[in-house]
Amino acid sequence: MKYQYILDHLPYKSSFRFVDEISHLDKDRVVGHYTLKADAFFYEDHFPGNPVTPGAIVTEIMAQIGLVVLGIYLVVGPEEAARAGTASDASSDIASGSGDPVFPLFTSVDISFNKIVLPGQKITVISQKEYFRFGKLKCRVEMLDAAGDRIAKGVFSGIVRNITK
Amino acid sequence: MDRRTILEELKKVLYPYTENKELLQNIDDHTNLVKDLKINSANLVDIIIDAEAKYNIEIDFDSAEKIITVGNCIDAIAEKIK
Repeated sequence: MKYQYILDHLPYKSSFRFVDEISHLDKDRVVGHYTLKADAFFYEDHFPGNPVTPGAIVTEIMAQIGLVVLGIYLVVGPEEAARAGTASDASSDIASGSGDPVFPLFTSVDISFNKIVLPGQKITVISQKEYFRFGKLKCRVEMLDAAGDRIAKGVFSGIVRNITK
Repeated sequence: MDRRTILEELKKVLYPYTENKELLQNIDDHTNLVKDLKINSANLVDIIIDAEAKYNIEIDFDSAEKIITVGNCIDAIAEKIK
């Protein structure tokens, strides 16, 4: 799969990994996809008998694709990111040039929701970088449904490599 | 541009990132941006970017790392515009 190295190095496991595929990735922009699993843990209780994807999960999906995927790419660089990853690589932490482990921290979001997301739905996230400086990545992020209609839109920021502790 | 002028201009830069705006009235060189003004440390990057745009300067990684107080901010700006 394209960008398997980045997919292998996302710091999430099974039920909280919300990235299936990366279809476009460069230093300014990422396009990624995810299909909501019908048996995801949050549907049973949100809401009983009426499963709807929580806004917090929609936000998380946008942050994982829009900030973390792009952030890893910006930290490791295009050559490393294009490497064909293997399962054994996934156990080791990504190390930047100086050897510090990459640890993503979500720092702020300003988001508005237009549509709900139902179990089994496939979504696309498009993220456009505003800046990446001093370890902070700020992006304009949008989530679209299969018809291309907007589900949510927001401004997301996170620290990919913390310089200020 | 003297430090006093920079300080007055800096207040405008800090304004959107300071929750309690009244705190800005009495800031001086020793005011800690995070501890005293309660600015989110992640917003220090935005403050640097806004200050760069305002003064048409570029603040490098080393200067940025030293920015902890209002005085450090003024130093970083004054050094670039002199």
